[in-house]
Amino acid sequence: MSSSYFTKDHEYIRVEGDTGIVGISDYAQEQLGDVVFVELPAKGAKIGKGDQAAVVESVKAASEVYAPVAGEVLDVNGALEGEPGKINQDPAGAGWFFKLKITDVKQLDGLMDEKAYAEYLKTLG
Amino acid sequence: MLNNQGRPTTPAAANESAARPRKTFTGNSGLQQEEALLFETGRADVSGVDIDEPEVFTSRLGALERKTPLDLPGFSEPEAVRHYVRLSQKNYSIDAGLYPLGSCTMKHNPRLNEKMARLPGFGDIHPLQPQSTVQGALDLIAELERWLIELTGMQSVAMSPKAGAHGEACGMMAIKAAIEARGEGKTRNVVLVPDSAHGTNPATAALIGYSVRAIPAREDGTVSADAVRSALGPDVAAIMLTNPNTCGLFEKEIAEIAKAIHEAGAYFYCDGANFNAIMGKVRPGDLGIDAMHINLHKTFSTPHGGGGPGAGPVVLSKALSPFAPLPVFSKSGGINKINENAGEFAGSGHHPFGRMTAFHGQMGMYVRALSYMLSHGADGLKQAAEDAVLNANYVRACLADVMSLPFGNRPCMHEALFDDKWLKDTGVTTLDFAKAMIDEGYHPMTMYFPLVVHGAMLIEPTESESLASLDLFIMTLRDLAFGVKRGETDRFTQAPRLAPRQRLDETLAARQPILRWTKPEPVSEAAE
Repeated sequence: MSSSYFTKDHEYIRVEGDTGIVGISDYAQEQLGDVVFVELPAKGAKIGKGDQAAVVESVKAASEVYAPVAGEVLDVNGALEGEPGKINQDPAGAGWFFKLKITDVKQLDGLMDEKAYAEYLKTLG
Repeated sequence: MLNNQGRPTTPAAANESAARPRKTFTGNSGLQQEEALLFETGRADVSGVDIDEPEVFTSRLGALERKTPLDLPGFSEPEAVRHYVRLSQKNYSIDAGLYPLGSCTMKHNPRLNEKMARLPGFGDIHPLQPQSTVQGALDLIAELERWLIELTGMQSVAMSPKAGAHGEACGMMAIKAAIEARGEGKTRNVVLVPDSAHGTNPATAALIGYSVRAIPAREDGTVSADAVRSALGPDVAAIMLTNPNTCGLFEKEIAEIAKAIHEAGAYFYCDGANFNAIMGKVRPGDLGIDAMHINLHKTFSTPHGGGGPGAGPVVLSKALSPFAPLPVFSKSGGINKINENAGEFAGSGHHPFGRMTAFHGQMGMYVRALSYMLSHGADGLKQAAEDAVLNANYVRACLADVMSLPFGNRPCMHEALFDDKWLKDTGVTTLDFAKAMIDEGYHPMTMYFPLVVHGAMLIEPTESESLASLDLFIMTLRDLAFGVKRGETDRFTQAPRLAPRQRLDETLAARQPILRWTKPEPVSEAAE
């Protein structure tokens, strides 16, 4: 059973046990427009909560993707490098960025769940 | 007998379908000619000049001699001339029409500047010729330095950087040198950059080896001193701020921000890209700025945007001047000198951090910029800034009722920033609107920048435009805006319809760019 959490910067982390899959939300991909380039972290890299973990570049802008929680990068979605369009088509699925081994699951408490995130999006107009 | 028939001078009545043929035999559209790549049309055996084969020819290349043909395309002179003239006709420029590209200051390049830059004593000199033979050119650089220092109220100026981002790098390297001289090179490694900064600011900070800490903009589009204070710490080396900022707004708390920065032991870099709005009105030195580049190619009318090289001299405060890069121009006993060796400054307290360029900078741009300054005079420069701000506010005020302003209908500086709230639920995006401007014969404004504003449209008309020109531009944009409101969606989503190329697939171009021409495989003659 997995559950998803979101940041104010529109990253999501889908948690299962002590691992989490990180990507950007559907709202984020829509705001960015067509994604044309992705830079992913290195496997094995240790990333702090809120640190820049990846870069996503669209026809409109380049943005950083921050780690929602601290952890070690277990795996990255190498397929994005050839097909960054997956992020637009299926951000929550095939468009995932990287997989983290979460250092401290308590850090998830500071994030929004799906319902809170939906409420947050409403405030953005 | 006289032929009194003559040729017809009025067009035959045209029917709708004949009026605009979709495609022509040649692919050209009227006198707008398509142009192929040189590699597609040239032939190796054609040349614009005939040179006799040498009678006695012995190659001394030995094993280095080329075995395969070079495959360079050859052309007759008329073919080569036509190629470049046709390409130049595809270029939109400030010489062709209004160019409202926000934060780029596309202003008229006075022809007087060109005449001055072509004087042989300026145009035909070489950076390596003896300094005694270029004393006049060095005098000109000294005079330009004096104007830049006077206009900015700073201590010194580093002339050599080639353009804005290069100037940013120069200023940040001077800051880094000053911090290292204090022995804090290891501990101060963060640069503060507001959300609304030019994209080059964080890139420069990163290039110089700093990490970037973003400062969010306030609701009103400016940076607050409180936000800066709370981001400050002993790890901060500098702040990079643009004033007026990219929302076209003056940073009102800039002096307070400077004070906070200095109290924390950091330096203040100001991006001078928008100096055109405050030239002659505000001196950056009085605001507490430590380093700022000046885009001569924006503020001082030297051509840019595909039209020529830029120049980005960096003015420095008293604190940073001792680290100014080489070369340094000096004068003693009536003789100008280019000081190029750090050794010349031993014991003087000046420790140049290095050099930014192989030579001395963009002489041609220096001449044009000083020509602009001298022909306008101090009062004229001030008026240019005032007119630029007036023009932008005229555009803002005349469009405020049909488009939407992100920070309310209040005065702006030299550029008017609109957002896409007014396009919501119309099926038309900022991109569509910009493309429709092309059909109307206007270069689009800057769009989707600054990022802090949704669907941004940043319009900078500059002081170059007359009232008549601004009125036509405004009426055109109003007509387009009414088109959106009337639901003429096709006029936008299908635009540009009248340009030589229709809407391009920018996503595909970015994802699968074809950056190199490859020779097509020859068609086999034996094929059946």
